[in-house]
Amino acid sequence: MYNFDFEKPSTIADAVAALGDDEAQALGGGQTLIPTLKQRLASPSKLVSLKGIGEMQGICIADDGAVCIGGASCHADVAGSSDVFAGLAGLAGGIGDPAVRARGTIGGSLANNDPAACYPAAALGCGATIITNNRAIVADDYFEGMFATALEEGEIVTEVRFPVPEASNYQKFEQPASRFALVGVFVAKYADGVRVAVTGASEEGVFRWAEAEAALSANFSAEAIADLKLDSDGMIADLHGTSEYRAHLVGVLTRRAVAAAA
Amino acid sequence: MPKDHGIGASPKRREDVRFLSGTGNYTDDINVNGQAYVHFLRSDVAHGRIKTINTDAASAMPGVLKIFTGADFEGVGGIPCGWQVTDRHGEPMQEPAHPVLAQGKVRYVGDQIAAVVAETVEQARDAAEAIEVDLEELPAVVDMKAALADGATKVHDDLTSNLCYDWGFVEENKPAVDAAFEAAAHVTTLELRNNRLVANPMEPRVAIGDFNRGTGDSTLYTTSQNPHVIRLLMGAFVLGIPEHKLRVVAPDVGGGFGTKIFHYAEEAFCTFAAKALNRAVKWTSTRSEAFISDAHGRDHVTKIELALDADNNFTAIRTDTHANMGAYLSTFAPSVPTWLHGTLMAGNYKTPLIYVNVKAVFTNTVPVDAYRGAGRPEATYQLERVIDKAARELGVDPIALRRQNFITEFPYATPVAVEYDTGDYHGTMDALEKIADFSGFEARRKDSEARGKLRGLGVNCYIEACGIAPSNLVGQLGARAGLYESATVRVNATGGLVVMTGSHSHGQGHETSFPQVIAEMIGIDESMVEIEHGDTDKAPMGMGTYGSRSLAVGGSAMVRATEKIIAKTKKIAAHLLEAAEADIELKDGTFSVAGTDKSVAWGDVTLAAYVPHNYPLEDIEPGLEETAFYDPANFTYPSGAYACEVEVDPETGKVTIEAFSAADDFGNVVNPMIVDGQVHGGIGQGIGQALLENAAYDENGQLLSASYMDYAMPRASDVPYYNVDHSSQTPCTHNPLGVKGCGEAGAIGSPPAVVNAVVDALQSGGHKVDHVDMPVSPSRVWAAMNA
Repeated sequence: MYNFDFEKPSTIADAVAALGDDEAQALGGGQTLIPTLKQRLASPSKLVSLKGIGEMQGICIADDGAVCIGGASCHADVAGSSDVFAGLAGLAGGIGDPAVRARGTIGGSLANNDPAACYPAAALGCGATIITNNRAIVADDYFEGMFATALEEGEIVTEVRFPVPEASNYQKFEQPASRFALVGVFVAKYADGVRVAVTGASEEGVFRWAEAEAALSANFSAEAIADLKLDSDGMIADLHGTSEYRAHLVGVLTRRAVAAAA
Repeated sequence: MPKDHGIGASPKRREDVRFLSGTGNYTDDINVNGQAYVHFLRSDVAHGRIKTINTDAASAMPGVLKIFTGADFEGVGGIPCGWQVTDRHGEPMQEPAHPVLAQGKVRYVGDQIAAVVAETVEQARDAAEAIEVDLEELPAVVDMKAALADGATKVHDDLTSNLCYDWGFVEENKPAVDAAFEAAAHVTTLELRNNRLVANPMEPRVAIGDFNRGTGDSTLYTTSQNPHVIRLLMGAFVLGIPEHKLRVVAPDVGGGFGTKIFHYAEEAFCTFAAKALNRAVKWTSTRSEAFISDAHGRDHVTKIELALDADNNFTAIRTDTHANMGAYLSTFAPSVPTWLHGTLMAGNYKTPLIYVNVKAVFTNTVPVDAYRGAGRPEATYQLERVIDKAARELGVDPIALRRQNFITEFPYATPVAVEYDTGDYHGTMDALEKIADFSGFEARRKDSEARGKLRGLGVNCYIEACGIAPSNLVGQLGARAGLYESATVRVNATGGLVVMTGSHSHGQGHETSFPQVIAEMIGIDESMVEIEHGDTDKAPMGMGTYGSRSLAVGGSAMVRATEKIIAKTKKIAAHLLEAAEADIELKDGTFSVAGTDKSVAWGDVTLAAYVPHNYPLEDIEPGLEETAFYDPANFTYPSGAYACEVEVDPETGKVTIEAFSAADDFGNVVNPMIVDGQVHGGIGQGIGQALLENAAYDENGQLLSASYMDYAMPRASDVPYYNVDHSSQTPCTHNPLGVKGCGEAGAIGSPPAVVNAVVDALQSGGHKVDHVDMPVSPSRVWAAMNA
C-alpha cells in the first residue's frame, strides 16, 4: 500500500469538499478498494471515508412507499431490515460472507459497478433511483458498462430508492472461488410490468433481458420463458464458464427467480 | 471401553492449546535484533531474456541497504535437485542450472529477478518498483506436448530439448505388455488430466537468515517440513557452509502438504544476504507470492489402457503420461511421476503385466513437486477411473470387478518392483459396504430424482507406498539422500523424558501421539514426555516429515531409542534391587523382580542414573540418554476403499457431495482421533482437487488462478460429514509399531470416488458421458452433458 492522507468527514458537504482534491478517492466499506490498495494497484493521494456521515446511514420508507437506503448502509443492515422487501433483503444477505456484509456498503457497490456484483442487478431490476450529492439518476441511465457509471468525478451515492415490487427474487449462481455472481438474475414484478436484470454474465456489465421481461409481463410464470434462450454473443468467457454456459445459466436462474417470486 | 492413555487412546492434541490460543511460535513470529527485510522483484512475464538491470535509482531510495541481482550469485551454487532419474535408454535426466536469482533469463511468472534489502518491507517494495529491467520477451512454453514438438522454444537454451527424461517402467516388460494387449478380449482406454494444484498451506513461507560475525555461524529460520534436509542441501550445494556452522530452525509450521519439503531460493538468499550485510534478513511471503513461488503439485496428462481377458481378469496395464516439471527441477520433482507413481500402478490388483511411460517436460511455469500423496494420487486416479470405465463398458458391477481382481495373498510382489507386505482388500471393501449403506442407495437416488437431481455413487480402492524409506532402495532409484529417521530420548533425573526427533510436526499432532507410544512402553503418563523437533542444533540428523513416514519411520526410531533406555534402566534396577537383570520386569512405571514383592519406581531408577552413589559404574555409564537411527526394510502399504455419493443439478451442472465414506487399513493405530482428522483433511483436499481447485495457465504463461478470487479452495460447506472407519487392520510386518501411515490416504483415495460418482450420476440421467476432467466444475459438467 502506498501512503495516502485520510479524512473521515461527518457531513456530505464536507465529504464533497474533501473529494475536490486531485486524486482523492471516496472510501465506502473498502471491500474492493482496500485489497486494490494493498496490491499497489491504486495510489490515491487521499482517502475520504464515507462511513462517518450520519445522513448517509439508515433505511426508511418514503412517502411514495419506496425503500430508501442510505448510501453508507452496510449489506447486513439491508439484509436484516424489516423495511426492506424480501427480494432485496435476500440479495443483500447473500453477498460475500458475514465480514463483507458488515463492512461493504450499497453506495460503494453501485459506485464500483463490478460486473459480477449483486447490487447492480437489484438496482436495475427494480428501476431504482440513485441519489447523489447533487442529483437523482434512474438506474436505466446509471450503469454504463463494466466498472463504469454515470457518476462524475467526486460525486457520491448518498441514497438509493427502490420502488417496492409486488413480487421479486434474486438468484445467484456463485463463481466457486470468489463467490461473486458467475451469473445473478433479479426479477421484479410491478403493476406496469416485469423487470429482469442480469449481473455477472455480460461483458457490458449488468443488463436488462428485454425478451424475458416482455414474456413475463404477459405471463408471470417460469413456463412463459421455458423456451427463451439468450444469445451468448457478448457474454463473459473465463476460467469458470464459457459464454454459452453463462447464457444458459441466465435462462435457468431467471426461471428459478420467477418460480421463487410467483 | 476405549483406552484412556497409551497406544489406542485419543487424548486431545496438546499442541492445539497454543495453536488455538494464539501462542504458537511460527517463523514470522520470530524477529531477530536489527533485522532487515527483503522484497523479491519477480518476473511478470513467463519467458524472457534479461538484457540489463539498472538498480541505480532504486539503490538510492530511502532505507535501501543493497539490491542483489543474479550477478551477485556468480560462483555461488544453484538450488540442487535431490533425485536423479535415469531414462529408458540408461541416460541421466537433463538437469538445468537453477540459480538463486535469475541469470540471463527469466523462466516463469514469479521467477526472482532481483532482491531488495531495506530497513522496512515497504521501503524494499518501493525500491523494487524503481528497478529498471530491460527484458526481451520470448515465446512462452506452456503446453507439454507442444513443448516436445520439433523446433519448440527451449526453456533452457543449454539443454537439448524441453524433455527432462523419457522413463519406461518396467522397460523390459514392454514387449510382453504389448503382446497382452494384442491378445486381450477387451481393452478400455481413458485419457485424462490430473489437474495442477497450489498447495495453499494456511501459513505462507517465511525465511530469516542470520549471521553471527563473532562465531561465523549462520542460522536460518524457515517454514520447513525437514530442517536437516534444508541444512544439507543449502549448506553443501548452494552456500558451502558445513553443517557445524549452520543451524536451521523450523518452529511451529502452519501446514506443508509437501510444498514446504523443498529447498527454495528465498532461504538461500536470506542466509547469503545476512552474511553479506552482517544483518539478519527476513522474508515473509505474501499470499499472492505464494501462488507464483511455492512449488505446485500434480499436472499430469495421461492415457491409460486396461486389458482384460474374456473372464474380466485384468491382464495388462499400459500408460503414457506427460508430467510437468515447470521451469526448474524442484527438490524431489523427478521422483514424483516416476518412483512414487509407476510403482503404484498395480494398485490393489493382481494385474501381471504393467508398463508405465512418463515424459517429464520443462515449461515456463512454476516448478512442480510433491503435493500430499505425490505421484500416488495420480496413479490411483487413472487406475480407478479406467477400472470404473471398464466396468461400465462391460456392464458389470464395478465393485465386483474390483473384488475379482484383488490381490489376496501376501507378501505380494507386483510387476512394478515393490512387494506389499500385508493387506486385506476384501476386508476394507467389506468395512466400506457396512458404513456406506449401499443397499439404501437406490432409495436415495429416487429421492434425488424426485427433486430433479441426478444422484451417483462412486467407489474406488487405493494403495499407497509410504513410510518413505529404505535408504538402500531409494538410493538405487536415484535419491541423493538417505531416508532413515532418528530420535534421541533424554531421560531427566526425576523421570521425565524429552524426545528429540528428526520428524517434523506441522499439523500431524506428533507432540500428542509420540508420547502415547512412550507412555505405553514404560507405563508412565503421557504428560511426562515432551517432543522436541524442528531445530538442527537439538535433534539428531533426521529426514523430516512427508510420505506418511513420521510414525512408521520416526516413531520406530523413537521406539528403538526407548528400548535402549529401558534396557539400561533394567540394569540399574537390577543393581538397586540386588537381582539378576533377566528377572527385572517393567510395568506401569515400576521395576519389579519376577516372583517377589521387591520393586523400585521408574523415578528412583532415573535418579540413580544421574546421582550414581549406588550404581554399577563398573558396567554402565551414568546418565540416561540414547539415540537410534531407524532405516526400515520396506515401504508400508496402507490401503482402503472409498465411496462417494453426489448429486448433480442437471440444469446447472453443479455437483454437491452428499455422502463420503472411507474405510482404511492403516495397520495399528496409535491415536484414532488424530487418524480420523488426517483422513478428514485428506479427503477435503481430494474433494478440492476433484471439484474446485485448478492452477490454470493461459497460452502466455500467465497464471489465471493466481488468487482466491479465481483459485477455488474447498470450504466447510463444500464437504459432507465423513464416515470413516479404520477397523480393518493388517499391521505392517517390518516396523516395531506395526503402523502404516495415514497422512496422505484421504487425498489419494478421494478424487476417483468423486469423479466415478459424477459419471454414475450423469449416466443415470441418460447422458453418454464417460469422463469429465477435474476439477469437475459446473461449467464442465454442463458442457459434457450437452456435448
